Order: sequence, then structure tokens, then C-alpha cells
Amino acid sequence: MDYGPSERPAGATPLPTAIKILVAGGFGVGKTTMVGAVSETRPLRTEEVLTESGVGIDDLSGVESKSTTTVAMDFGRITISDDLVLYLFGTPGQDRFWFVWDELALGAIGAVVLADTRRLADCFPSIDYFEGRGTPFVVAVNCFEGAKQYRLDEVQAALNLDSGVPVLLCDARQRESSKEVLITLLEHAMKSRDARRVAD
Amino acid sequence: MTVRGESAGHQWVDDHAGPVVRPYAVTRGRARPVTGTFDLISLVTATRADVSAEIGLGPEHVAIVGLCQRRQSVAEIAAHLDLPVGAIRVLLGDLVARNLVQVREPRTSAGLPDNSVFEAVINGLRAL
Repeated sequence: MDYGPSERPAGATPLPTAIKILVAGGFGVGKTTMVGAVSETRPLRTEEVLTESGVGIDDLSGVESKSTTTVAMDFGRITISDDLVLYLFGTPGQDRFWFVWDELALGAIGAVVLADTRRLADCFPSIDYFEGRGTPFVVAVNCFEGAKQYRLDEVQAALNLDSGVPVLLCDARQRESSKEVLITLLEHAMKSRDARRVAD
Repeated sequence: MTVRGESAGHQWVDDHAGPVVRPYAVTRGRARPVTGTFDLISLVTATRADVSAEIGLGPEHVAIVGLCQRRQSVAEIAAHLDLPVGAIRVLLGDLVARNLVQVREPRTSAGLPDNSVFEAVINGLRAL
């Protein structure tokens, strides 16, 4: 499905488009910090009420029973133009919320996997998830003060990444740095889509 | 207790106590919208400036229409009204059925958007 059925008159403003990018990674790695650094407002929080089966995310009938869980997602908005809005969603950290990830990842144009070199293994599940889904992603190493600095090729080797996956250093608190991560992701997503088209 | 503004209420009921009105009460017990699917980033715009005189709408319906005078995503509506997304979807279904809001669903199935969208976003980010 695409936007813009052609019945609108010539010269009219294009129909609004919303796109989303996910920010994933382990607990406390700076996902919400990065969302806040580039968003036009402070990060917002939205909640899904889930039943234990994970089916029927909308099912509110058992809200007070023990079999329901609330999953919170932090997100931010960047208005690119009148008809183009970018949303950044921090993914819920716990692995048992994969079905929320499935909803989030549907239609996402790409993902940032934030990594902390002190707890590198925390980002493995995110990387596995996006590799498995074929979602374009970059790995951004959040530079925490006091953490030992590794070279990017060392991180790439430790994460066993395909050589095509960009790995870069960032400071998730800084707007400029977080912008650079998003731009790198968008360029990578464009390239990987073109490569896939050639392969088809 | 006087109920003037939110600050007075917060003395008695904090976040940990949970919502005063349960989400299923807001949706009158309904778990699914009468129409529509509503992705988190579906964009919602009100078609009318004021619907407070409409019969059969709850205060949350009116609040959504007020919020959507400026285009908002489903996720933003849920965050601003402090209700679960599932409840917002039900309320939006009611509003769509009455033609009080317009909803623009995002592309979800046709893969990545074309280069013009990517380039617009990259340029927009650089200009931030």
C-alpha cells in the first residue's frame, strides 16, 4: 500500500506520510536518551495492555487480571515537512515482548541498535531480530564515560556483523551525534534496498 | 475535595495508584474498534473544530478531536490522553464511523519508500 491515490487535484499538497525508525538495544543503553536528543519534544510514552497469550493486543477485557502486562514504549517526533513526519520508537527491552516488536517493526524503514561496550551481549537479541527480519540497521556504540574505548572493527568482529552493516560511535545525549546515526541508517537503508533490487 | 485542575487530584491519586477510570470503562467495555485498524503511526486529523455538542460521545472522544486539530499519530494521542493504545483505537473507530476524524494509514506492506522520501528525511535531519 502506498500513499497518494491519484484522485487529488494537481497542485494540491501531497498527502501526509509518517515513517518510523526503531531504536533498540539493552536496558539502560540510552534508547530514550537518543530519542529525546533528536525529537522536537521530550519523549512521549505510550502503553499497550497485553494479555499473556500475546494475541489480541487490543483486548482490554481482562485488564485487572494477572494475565495482563503493560508494555511502555517511549517515542519522539521529528516533523520534516508539512507532509512528512518521522517517528522514533524506543523498543521495549524485555525479550518476552517480541510480539510488540513485530508490531513496531512492521513498516519501519530501519533500526538503530545501541550498544554499550561494557555489556555488548545485551544488544545481541536486537541484532538477531533485525537480521532475521531483514530490517536495515546500524550499530551505534554509545560512548559512556569511563568505558574502555574499542576500535570499530573490534566491535564489528565481536558482534559478528556482516561487513556491510555500519558501526559507528555516538553520544546519545548529543543531538548532532544522534542525527549522524540516523542519517547513516537512512543512507544504509537506501543502499541495502537498491542492492536487494539488483539481486532480484 | 475541590477538583480544580490536575494538581489538586494528584494529591490524592498518584501514578502508582493507576488510572481513576479504567480503560475498559472509557471504551464502555469494548475491546475492538467498530472500524479501522490504526497503526501506531497512522495520522489522525479532525474534520470538525468542535464536537462537544455531539450526542453519544464521551469526554475522551471530545479530547481526541481537540487534540487532532493538529495532525497527530495514534501513539501521540495515546500518550497525551494517558490511555493504552488499545483503548484509543476503540475511540478512534467511533470517530471514524461518525466521520469526525480522517485517518491516513502508513505504508506497511510495500517495503521501503522511494528515494525521494529518504532524501527528504536526510535533508530534514541535516537542517535540524
